[in-house]
This record gives sequence, structure tokens and C-alpha cells, in this order.
Amino acid sequence: MFWRSSPGHYAVDLGPEERALLRELPLQLRQAFSADREGSNFRRLFPPAYHDDQKAEEGYRALVGKELEESKGAALETLSRTADASELTDEEMSAWLRALNDIRLWLGTLLDVSEDETTDDPDDPPHILYHVLTALQSLVIDVLAEDL
Amino acid sequence: MASSAPVEVKEPDFLEVTDLARPWKVLVWNDPINLMSYVTFVLQKLFGYSKPKAHKLMMDVHTKGRAVVSSGPREKAELDVFRLHEHGLWATMEQDS
Repeated sequence: MFWRSSPGHYAVDLGPEERALLRELPLQLRQAFSADREGSNFRRLFPPAYHDDQKAEEGYRALVGKELEESKGAALETLSRTADASELTDEEMSAWLRALNDIRLWLGTLLDVSEDETTDDPDDPPHILYHVLTALQSLVIDVLAEDL
Repeated sequence: MASSAPVEVKEPDFLEVTDLARPWKVLVWNDPINLMSYVTFVLQKLFGYSKPKAHKLMMDVHTKGRAVVSSGPREKAELDVFRLHEHGLWATMEQDS
């Protein structure tokens, strides 16, 4: 579904349902964390850098917190904007990878995904959605890893 | 020949000096969401590690709960943590004891 089409570009072949997800979900996530970045649903997107040093942690947040939020927001925006593209640049493909991972971190936190998820797997719609995104992300990893 | 007055030499603050000299280490923690292939990919991409080295670190994270993925002065460690956070990995930093 993803392959190297020419130097600097990747081809994308996805169905309309997948593309609709990739258009909508990133915007929902960006909107949600922009409204409440400290919300517990986003703890995996913005984890602490320091375990047991609150002062240092505050310094880290003051130094890079905004930049981190903007970086994640930009990747999500790129995924949504290029969800219908048949070809992506290297930069866009990398943004897809990070955005897909952040969406999975968000959904996985909401669903309270655990380590043995594959053996004890509920098939309600949110879990199915999570696994669709996992499969998509795996394909993106595979194609990008070929070029490392 | 003039003799200079004895100058009082200030003792270096030994603890402070060694504290600054102690390197920081960057840890990645195990979590149930990030894919094993993704963690390996990110470690290769961000640190230029070979696939076998990145894979071994990822397996340490997976089986031991955490692994030290880089180390150095505080500023470098903080930048590494930031880049790992950008990629959604659960990274923290602490000073070597």
C-alpha cells in the first residue's frame, strides 16, 4: 500500500474509508490536545522528561513544551491535509509515521491497551479502529525502514 | 624584589564539580502501544545505530522494562529526550550515580 515511486517520493494506495479516517482523526486529536494538553488522555504524547525532579521537569516544559506541541500538531496537520494524496514526499511520509503513532498513543490510552492485547482482543469498533491504524503504521514503518 | 601578598586560593567546590562532570543518561521505557518495529526504527533514525544495535536496545526495553539509549552532557540528553518525545517514545533522563 506504500512503496518508493521515485527518489524523494512514495506512492500511496489506500481505500476511501482509510483515507477518511486519516483526514479526520488527526484533526480531532490536535483539537483535543490543544484544548487541554495536560489532560490524562495525552500523558503518553507529552511524557515527563524527569521522573522525580519537579523543578527540572518544569524547566524542560518551559524550554521545549511549546515546540513539542507544535511539532506534533504540524505532523497531524500534514497527515490530514495529504490523506487523499496518491504520492507523498519523504517529509510527508515521515509526518504520517509520527502522526499515526501519536493517534495510536491517544487511542491506546483511551482504550487502556495492555501488553497482551493481541491474545485478548475485544472486537468493538474502537479496538478495530486501533488495529486498523496499527496495521497502517506497520506498513509505513516497513517502507521507511527500507531506506534507512 | 617585591614579594606578592599571599593569595588566598579558593578551594574548588569538589561536589559541584563532580556533579557537573557526571554524565546524564537517556532511558526509554517499555509501553504497550509503541510497536517493536517502530522503536527499532526510531533508534536507528535518531541515533544512527545499526539495525542489530537498535534491535538489541529495543529488546532490552521490551524485556527489562527500560534501556539506556544515549548519554552525555545535560544539554545533549535533553535534546535527545525531546527528539524521542517528538516520536512518541516514553523517554526520561537522569544523572549517572
